[in-house]
Amino acid sequence: MENMLYIIIEGGLKSLIVIIGLLIGVAFATLLERKVMAAMQKRRGPNVVGFVGLLQPLADGLKLVLKETIIPIVADKLIYAIAPILTFTISIVLWSVIAVGVQSVFASINSGVIFILAISSIGVYGIILAGWASNSKYAFLGGLRSAAQMVSYEVALGLIILSIITYAGTVNLQEIMENQEKVWFIIPLLPGFLLAFISALTETNRPPFDLPEAEAELVSGYNVEYSSTGFALFFLGEYANIILMSVLLSVFFLGGIVSNKILGAMKGVGMLCSFIWVRATLPRYRYDQLMYLGWKSLLPFALLIYIGVISMVLIIK
Amino acid sequence: MAHNAQHLSKLLASSFKQAPPNTLPEVVISKIDGLVNWARTGSLWPMTFGLACCAVEMMQGYAARYDMDRFGVIPRASPRQSDCIIVAGTLTNKMAPALRKVYDQMPNPRYVVSMGSCANGGGYYHYSYSVVRGCDRIIPVDVYIPGCPPTAEAFVYGILQLQKKIGREQNLLTWWRK
Repeated sequence: MENMLYIIIEGGLKSLIVIIGLLIGVAFATLLERKVMAAMQKRRGPNVVGFVGLLQPLADGLKLVLKETIIPIVADKLIYAIAPILTFTISIVLWSVIAVGVQSVFASINSGVIFILAISSIGVYGIILAGWASNSKYAFLGGLRSAAQMVSYEVALGLIILSIITYAGTVNLQEIMENQEKVWFIIPLLPGFLLAFISALTETNRPPFDLPEAEAELVSGYNVEYSSTGFALFFLGEYANIILMSVLLSVFFLGGIVSNKILGAMKGVGMLCSFIWVRATLPRYRYDQLMYLGWKSLLPFALLIYIGVISMVLIIK
Repeated sequence: MAHNAQHLSKLLASSFKQAPPNTLPEVVISKIDGLVNWARTGSLWPMTFGLACCAVEMMQGYAARYDMDRFGVIPRASPRQSDCIIVAGTLTNKMAPALRKVYDQMPNPRYVVSMGSCANGGGYYHYSYSVVRGCDRIIPVDVYIPGCPPTAEAFVYGILQLQKKIGREQNLLTWWRK
């Protein structure tokens, strides 16, 4: 009985630590983005709220929570309320298999990669439900676009991850990192890394693939009708996904946190800065170009890389 | 006569400002009010409502030299996520219903900044048949920024004045004392 109680308390504490760490990470990711973009555009970025702008995310979050929650009268109220919760929850669940230290992971399951692919596939529902439940044409189109590009580029990303699994010979994230102790996977699998990076940008609705949030067309995409807490949850979910993709790319291609925790964190932050860098430098794609790129360019290349990796593995190992 | 003037000024002052908090709950509530006001002043997201040449000065205010992002001001495209609306430019009769609709879609608390002579009172087109003579005829305005068009400095100053106004709010204290 007390052993059971201990397990429950331990699990609860671990969950709390992960969630709090994630919230802090998201807060400073938004601040980092605004600062980096400001630097690239020769301006200052947030530097008035708090000491050199450090409390800007806190002010943003507090303000959003305190604002009036508007539910459109024509919206499907239940699904309208569930969609942001679903999006944020899925973002949190994905972190349960990510290692935060050597042998320090919340749930070290053998099929961590499969788990990530499965749960991130469910993430589409939050967006498409939000777009549909808002009963607004702009939100609906935004939701459809989001879902389409997430599903399309998940195929290419899945193939690249399959290549990594084949090359590493395991689906356990810890073992994938350990296999990179001598040579990071980015060196033999550089084309795969590029394709994975592009797919990661699209999966997280990041520029130049942020069609749902093309302000001149759909205003704000699937969350155009959400205010206050609903919007805050979507915001959190989006940035949690960005951080997750950065960490995953560093785990799959840059060795992750094996042998050195600080260096591992720097890899993740470096990938995050790459995401921000792309946003500040590249214009937006057109929707048909986006679909064309996904199905007719990335997918064939991903297949080629997969075949190449299989051949390499068969020859060498 | 002097006595009347003093009485009138005192009356006006008392109607605008509440007595300071003097009990423990009121002190605590005032602190909470302060925190809420800090969050709202530090995170002002304006609805993009550029209408004419004043919008160009507004863009200048957001751009590198003046950089409203320093103060946490980021333009949002959706009224649901906006805290204030900056009516920058000439409001025509045709655009007036759209302005009202956008304002109604914004969640409370919401603020309005009227930027430039045209938004303030019709400006250069005051006698035109197709121009609204001031957006305060459509929506209530919190801050007026004069100029035709206002300079980017005037725009920044107007936003700072709006932040001052938000910082003076005492909504919770008012509710508590009611």
